Amino acid sequence: MKYQTQAIAKWYWFAAIALFFVQVFAGLWAGFIYIEPNFLSGLMPFNIVRMIHSNALIVWLLLGFFGATYFLIPEESEREIYSPLLAYLQLVILIVGALGAVVGYVFRIHEGREFLEQPLWVKLGIIVAALIFLFNVSVTVLSGRKTAITNILLLGLWGIAVFFLFALYNPANLVLDKMYWWWVVHLWVEGVWELVMASILAFIMLKMTGVDREVIEKWLYIIVATSLFTGIMGTGHHYLWIGMPAYWQWIGSIFSSLEIIPFFAMVVFCFMMVWKGRRNHPNKAALLWALGCSVLAFFGAGVWGLMHTLHPVNYYTHGTQVTAAHGHLAFYGAYVALNLAIMTYAFPIIFRVNPYNQVLNMASFWVMSSAMAFMTFTLTFAGIVQTHLQRVMGMSYMEVQDQLSVFYWMRFGSGLVVVIGVLMWVYATLGPKKEITIVPDGALAPAE
Amino acid sequence: MSEILSKSAARNIFYGGSAFFFVVFAALVAQSHYYAKTTSTDEAALTAEVVHGKRIWEKHACINCHTILGEGAYFAPELGNVFVRYGGDKDPQAARDALKAWMKSQPSGVQGRRQMPQFNLDEKELDDLNAFFEWVSKIKTNNWPPNKAG
Ligand code: HEC
Ligand code: HEM
Ligand code: HEM
Ligand SMILES: [Fe+2]
Repeated sequence: MKYQTQAIAKWYWFAAIALFFVQVFAGLWAGFIYIEPNFLSGLMPFNIVRMIHSNALIVWLLLGFFGATYFLIPEESEREIYSPLLAYLQLVILIVGALGAVVGYVFRIHEGREFLEQPLWVKLGIIVAALIFLFNVSVTVLSGRKTAITNILLLGLWGIAVFFLFALYNPANLVLDKMYWWWVVHLWVEGVWELVMASILAFIMLKMTGVDREVIEKWLYIIVATSLFTGIMGTGHHYLWIGMPAYWQWIGSIFSSLEIIPFFAMVVFCFMMVWKGRRNHPNKAALLWALGCSVLAFFGAGVWGLMHTLHPVNYYTHGTQVTAAHGHLAFYGAYVALNLAIMTYAFPIIFRVNPYNQVLNMASFWVMSSAMAFMTFTLTFAGIVQTHLQRVMGMSYMEVQDQLSVFYWMRFGSGLVVVIGVLMWVYATLGPKKEITIVPDGALAPAE
Repeated sequence: MSEILSKSAARNIFYGGSAFFFVVFAALVAQSHYYAKTTSTDEAALTAEVVHGKRIWEKHACINCHTILGEGAYFAPELGNVFVRYGGDKDPQAARDALKAWMKSQPSGVQGRRQMPQFNLDEKELDDLNAFFEWVSKIKTNNWPPNKAG
């Protein structure tokens, strides 16, 4: 670790990992209600469990991004973070908000739009934390060396904050409500979050492969250009059936089909850099997560997205288990794996030891990822059957669901395996470290 | 590749192109905003009751079990067209009564069947919720859903 303030990342990631636990545990609970519907249905109904699952997911991913930012900015800018105190203040606000939200949900204190259920005070807290964060990192970046990686990362983070403001706007007209809701949801995951993803992957590739910065940064600009050129207008794939003009059917279908390009480009980029790179970095687990991230995002977002994005297809699959299948693999591949990649890379550096517990970490990648893939397959099959019976044959919703129980059992089984994979990863990363060499203070780990 | 495109050219294309697409997108959204207010929904019928119905819908986070116009959770039936599914396009009063009876009779308590909680809404709240469902059922959605099952 070259800069002391990079260690701030550690605390963000500890908080993120704690919420990751909450998230997968709530997911498992929600999956269990699908197969045992009477389970605590009065005490903790499905909707409450689901909002804990999805909100914990979003918040831990954001905490992970913030941690990654604090880790990589000092190295890129060649400066310490402007104010560690502000960074910790920001973390405290976010933790109070996250805990307040989760505990509040249990007591039915929430708002009522999907993913934006946080009570107003939590939303305002998030905005204050975001302002502190943007101030802190922007000042650091502006006073130091400017690189494409920090440019794109900052643009992505500013975008996250700006589009979140639409979470405060809730028009009485449901159509307008939905139209602007997607400015938060779609313009996040298929817009500005992709900038964060591409820049963190570029940083990892830069460090791990030793490929020339010029080459990596040019790739980075090309990738994010294809992201935004397709992703912004691609919002149209959500404007099909919610009371919008019909021209969105064509705009949405065409542009969102092209959204597979940036995800494909990220796969090619990562593999090319590793292939070209001469450096043999010892942290094989981090490399596996980074390559896995690009590939799983390509399948989850790119391929599974394309599968239901054309309007004649989406007319039938809209709001079925097909959507749930895609949502899971896309979030997992693009953003969960990304966070686990940068953490796997950075924790040894922060702890000042050589990469440790590599075999267990790599095993956790395969366990978690195959289980997520399996969950995606079962939900896809469930969704196809549902689409046929309900949307084509016109069978009633509840009758159709009875036909799907075998898939929901398999989803629960794969969910259990996901949780085992998560436990393995946490143990490999934060548990006892075997056969480590301590890097003396001030010295650099090899190929850091 | 280094010969074809320099890094600064790539950067300029990125910033310029993104700004361009964002402006086009914002213009189309502005037009759609107008369309929603004038064509696809009935703004005049967006009464205080309907607005209150929407607030009740949000207060109880119905969206985290149900979908509405296909968005939300996949645990319970689509409700964008529930008013029509209950025959409200032909006999609105009967549909309102049936929906009220539904809301009052939950949870079913049937073993092995998914449960919907009891929200203890009063008559006025139930009326407003119905007004909301009725208003939503008249949104022009490019003919989605494909059938009454939703
Ligand atoms: C915990 C999950 C859950 C929540 C929260 C929930 N519902 Fe339901 N709802 C269900 C389930 C499950 C069914 C189907 C039950 C059955 O058929 O036995 C249902 C059915 C319905 C139906 C009948 C649909 C039909 O086609 O017959 C209506 C109307 C309805 N819900 C309205 C609401 C409203 C309004 C709210 C919010 C105030 C709400 N629900 C909240 C789970 C939920
Ligand atoms: C990492 C990127 C992505 C993530 C995290 C993601 C996640 C999601 C989620 C969670 C939903 C459900 C939203 C809801 O609750 O209503 C959704 C819907 C959708 N996504 Fe993605 N997505 C990504 C990329 C893509 C891409 C690239 C495409 C197209 C090629 C796509 C196409 C769609 C479509 C068409 C829907 C609507 C489904 C429906 O009609 O029900 N997504 N996405
Ligand atoms: C890291 C892994 C996971 C990620 C990224 C993730 C992500 C998500 C997302 C984005 C949604 C909203 C889907 C949508 O609106 O389309 C969701 C819902 C859900 N998830 Fe997960 N999840 C994960 C793990 C799990 C696990 C382990 C289970 C356990 C079985 C699970 C079960 C569920 C259930 C039951 C829902 C509700 C779906 C519905 O509305 O019917 N998830 N998850
Ligand atoms: Fe989207």
